[in-house]
Amino acid sequence: MKLKFLALVTALTSAASLAQADVKVGMITTLSGGGAGLGIDVRDGFMLAIKQASRDDIEVVIEDDQRKPDIAVQLADRMIQSEKVDILTGIIWSNLAMAVVPSALAQGKFYLSPNAGPSQLAGKGCHKNYFNVAWQNDNLHEAGGAHANSTGYNNTFVLAPNYPAGKDALTGFKRVYEGELSGELYTKLGQKDYASEIAQIRASGADSVYFFLPGGMGISFLKQYADSGLELPLVGPAFSFDQGILQAVGDAALGVANTSQWSKDIANPTNEAFVASFQAEYGRLPSLYASQGFDTANLLISAVDVADVADADAFQAALKAAEFASTRGDFSFAENNHPIQDVFVREVIKEGDIYTNKIVSTALEDHSNAYVAECKM
Amino acid sequence: MSLVLLIEQILNGLQFGVMLFLMAAGLTLIFGVMGLINLAHGSFYMIGAFAAAATAAATGSFLLALAASLVAAAVAGAIVEMTVIRRLYNRDHLDQVLATFALILIFSEGTRWLFGSFPLFLEIPEYLSGPISLPFGIQYPQYRLAIIAVGLLVAAGLFALIARTSIGIQIRAGESDREMIAALGVDISKLYTFVFALGAALAGFAGALIGAIQSVQVGMGEPVLILAFVVIVIGGIGSIKGALLGALLVGLTDTLAGFLLPAAFGLIMEPSAAASVGSSLASMSIYVLMAGVLLFRPTGLFGSS
Repeated sequence: MKLKFLALVTALTSAASLAQADVKVGMITTLSGGGAGLGIDVRDGFMLAIKQASRDDIEVVIEDDQRKPDIAVQLADRMIQSEKVDILTGIIWSNLAMAVVPSALAQGKFYLSPNAGPSQLAGKGCHKNYFNVAWQNDNLHEAGGAHANSTGYNNTFVLAPNYPAGKDALTGFKRVYEGELSGELYTKLGQKDYASEIAQIRASGADSVYFFLPGGMGISFLKQYADSGLELPLVGPAFSFDQGILQAVGDAALGVANTSQWSKDIANPTNEAFVASFQAEYGRLPSLYASQGFDTANLLISAVDVADVADADAFQAALKAAEFASTRGDFSFAENNHPIQDVFVREVIKEGDIYTNKIVSTALEDHSNAYVAECKM
Repeated sequence: MSLVLLIEQILNGLQFGVMLFLMAAGLTLIFGVMGLINLAHGSFYMIGAFAAAATAAATGSFLLALAASLVAAAVAGAIVEMTVIRRLYNRDHLDQVLATFALILIFSEGTRWLFGSFPLFLEIPEYLSGPISLPFGIQYPQYRLAIIAVGLLVAAGLFALIARTSIGIQIRAGESDREMIAALGVDISKLYTFVFALGAALAGFAGALIGAIQSVQVGMGEPVLILAFVVIVIGGIGSIKGALLGALLVGLTDTLAGFLLPAAFGLIMEPSAAASVGSSLASMSIYVLMAGVLLFRPTGLFGSS
C-alpha cells in the first residue's frame, strides 16, 4: 500500500515536469585494457552531467567492451533485449562502432556517439536515430591541413597507422592541405618504435610533420622524435595530446601544435564550470573525451526535457535542435547529424607541474563535414 | 636512397633485435628447461617498466630505476613460479596456456589498480639523451646505441652463465633429462624458481629500457610477446644462441622491410597506394621469414628435434 502510494507520488511529480519520461541509457565503453583512459574519461564526463542535473529519471547502465568488437556486440544485444535500453552511447573506437551501431539503429534504438565518427555512418550509412556529438573522424585532420596552409608549410611529411581511421586521417589532411608531401607513411597499428620512420623523415627534406598516432603510439613517437634531435615542427590531432597522456610524454610535447574542437581554456561559462567541477569531482583535469561525454549527456538531457523517447519523431527533432549549452560554445548538427563547430589549434604548454594545452588560433570556423551530400535521410 | 639512411636503419634493426632477445631469452629458457609455455612473460616486461617509472619518479635516478625493474620482475617471477606455475609442469600445454593467460589479466588489472589507467612517464637520462654523430655524417640517438651495447653485454653474460657456471650446467642438464639431475641430488624446484625469476628479470629489464623511449602503460607487453614467440620459433626452442640470432634476424627483417618495401612499391605505383601496399606486406615480413626458416629447418635454426 505504502509502495503504491510512493509510486503514485513519483508518477505525479514526474508528470508535473513537462513531458518527462523515464529513459534508460546503455553505455558501452572501454574501461579496461590499453585504451581504458579514453572510455573512463567519456564515462566520467557523462556521469558528471547527469549528476549535476540530478536526474533520477535517467538511468545509465555502464559496461566495459574491453576494446573488443565481439564483446561490444554481445553487450549491445543484452542491453537492447534484456535491459530494454532506449538509447545507446559510449563507444570510443570506430571499428567497435561499426560492429554495434547499425544493428542497434535497425532495432529502433537511438545512438549518441561521444567519440567514434566513422565516415561510413556520416555518408551513405547515416541514420535519423544516429547523432555524433564529437566529430566526424576526418574533422580534426582537415583542421591540421588548414593549419599547415596558414602557417605556410609546403613540404609536409605525413604518417598514420595502416588501418581505416589512419587512412581517413591522411585523407582528411590532404583534402584541405595545399602544399607538397615530402613523404607519406603508414605504420603498423600499435607500433611503438618509430626509429625507422624518424630516419626517413630526416632524410626526406620535409619542412614539417603531420602525424596521427593515438594513445601509446603517439607517446612513443613524441619521445623518440624529441630524442632524435630533429627540429621540424610537428602538427597532429588532439588525440596524441590529450590530457590523459601528456604527462607521460613530458617535455617532448611542449610547443607542439594540435587540432581540437575542445580545449580547457575555451572561454564560456559552461566550459569554465565544467572544467572546475570535473576537477573537483575526479581530482584531475578533463580531456577532450571527458568534454565529449559531458556534452553527450547534456544533449540527451535537453532532448528528454522536451520529448518522450517513445515518440521517435519528436525525440529526433529534440536531439537535432541541440538546445544545450555545449562546452565548445557554438554547436549545431549538420544535415547528417554530425557537428558543425569550430576546430581550434592548440599548443602544448606547462602550467606549474602540469602539461596542458592552450588555444592559439581557430583553424576552421563552423566546420561541417565532407559527407553531408552523400547522406539521404 | 642514401647509404647513411640504410646504415641508420640497420642500427635500428639491431637495436630492435637486441631488445627482442632480452624478451625471448627468458621465454626460451623457461620453455627449454621446464617445458612450460608462459604467455604471462609480457606481464614481466610491463612490471619492469612500471617499477622503473615509479622508482624514477620517486628518486630521479635512472640507474636505480633499472635496478628496481630487475628486482621487481624477478620477485614477481619467483612468486608466480612458486604459487602458480609449479602446479602446471605436469599438465599439458593447453592448461598452461589457459593459466598463464589468466595471469596476464590479473597482472594487467592489478597494475591498473595500483597505478591507474593513464600511462606513466619514464625519461631517458640526461647523459644519454640526444643524438651522437657517427662516421659518414650519421646522427644516431645515443640511447639506442646504449641499448645495443647493454643488450649484447647481457647476452654475453647469459652465455657465460650457461656455459661456465655450475648453475648453467644444471640448467643444461635440466633441459635434457630432469629425472636424472633430480636423482643426482639437484634441488629441481629451486632450480626452476631460479630460471623462472631470471627469465622474468630479463623481460623486466627490457621493459624498463624500452619504457624510456616508448609508453609505459597497461598491456604494453602483449605485442612484444608475440614477436618473442616468433623469435624462439625461428631460433629453435630452448636455445639461447638461437634466441640471439633469431632476435637479430627478426629485428633487421622487420625494420628493413618496413623501410624498403614501401619505397620499392613507390617505383611502380602512386605514393599513397605504394605506402599502403608496402606497409601491409612489411607487416607480414617476419612471418614469411618464420615460414621460410621452418620450411628448411622444422625445429628452428638451433633447435634439437
